[in-house]
Amino acid sequence: MDLIDFIKNLASVFEDTNPSNLTPETRFRDIEGWSSLIALSIIAMADEVYGVKLKGDDIRKAITVQDLYEIIKSRI
Amino acid sequence: MAFFSAPNVRLAGISACVPVNILENSKYPGFSEDEADKFISSTGVERRRIADSNTTTSDLCFKAAERLIDDLKWKKDEIDCLIFVTQTPDYILPATSCLLQKRLGLKEEVFALDISLGCSGWIYGLQVLSSLLTNGQLRKGLLLVGDTALKPCSPDDKSTYPLFGDAGTATAVEFNENTEGIRFHFAVDGAGYESIIIYDGGFRNQVNVDSFKMVEVEPGIKRNKLQTVLDGMNVFSFGISKAPESIKLLFEKFEINLNEIDYFVFHQANLFMNEMIRKKLKIPQEKVPYSLKNFGNTSSATIPLTMVTELKERLRKEKARIIACGFGVGLSWGSVYFKTNKITVCDLVEY
Repeated sequence: MDLIDFIKNLASVFEDTNPSNLTPETRFRDIEGWSSLIALSIIAMADEVYGVKLKGDDIRKAITVQDLYEIIKSRI
Repeated sequence: MAFFSAPNVRLAGISACVPVNILENSKYPGFSEDEADKFISSTGVERRRIADSNTTTSDLCFKAAERLIDDLKWKKDEIDCLIFVTQTPDYILPATSCLLQKRLGLKEEVFALDISLGCSGWIYGLQVLSSLLTNGQLRKGLLLVGDTALKPCSPDDKSTYPLFGDAGTATAVEFNENTEGIRFHFAVDGAGYESIIIYDGGFRNQVNVDSFKMVEVEPGIKRNKLQTVLDGMNVFSFGISKAPESIKLLFEKFEINLNEIDYFVFHQANLFMNEMIRKKLKIPQEKVPYSLKNFGNTSSATIPLTMVTELKERLRKEKARIIACGFGVGLSWGSVYFKTNKITVCDLVEY
């Protein structure tokens, strides 16, 4: 699993976010357009692209893009 | 693996009853205009029906059942069993199915049972009824399924109130030696019991003064402990993996070909989740009916309600091969495969 690809996949979940604006340290809840629907879209993306099941607590505990990446990577 | 096959059982008819009162999500006070539009486009729920304070699930199911018995021209003394599935019963005790036996004018020699399940409830109820009828000792049965899901929702909780609606349904099932029968898959994961829960009011946490305290959990979500908590992320994560898995297991076990199925009737959770499930199974859009737009998520009633509102004409006139799948509160889920041959589908009853 590649971090750069993950950032691209994560950016695609948001409406108008260029992947180049995201770093591993970005707090994903601060990205413009964040909503509860985006949270569901991240769960859907993890399932579709990586075959990984994320739960509500995984999203709630994660703060940065890197946190999400680590959770998904540990379950592949 | 929890599979079950009930030969010699036929689904004879379906009926549904909704309250007359309509709640429009575009007018929900907890939403800004932009929020309302986003909610409607992602969940697919534009409006729901709400029962007034004097109307219970059993009232709605009673109306649906009376219409169904009339349309089928069943004699009431032929009905041998009555299953009532709900999480909004009339009383904590006695079981509401006992009251319904009396109210429907059924004979005393009847098997009557309440089942406490929500989103998966129609599938489980159909299995219990089918297994009672499959060897022909009991011949005709009624499955009454529904919820007034809005009663335990806080009107100030935008994560539940705009999503749910109230409905009651009736399904008629009979012993018939000339049919293939009905086939099921079931599963449960109690580890997810808190994903959809009302914490107080049962006997783990009896009603106390604290139960009524309104707490703002986050902006737009204010509720007390007698009201429904919905962890949308957990339910979503669960639904998109377990619903497709259950249908695939059913296909493998009973050697069913996806292409031969006419309709896939899913529990109407919300459009975003249901479409994800449909796409994962690669089912064409035209085979997947939705009643979400006008009725929302009506808990255990969604599958029969969708068959009544979206498939009525076709089920009356044509043969159909149907897969239905229910998934949610418990966490509990199941799938069923059955064929229909020009069954009785009542016009939607309003009460």
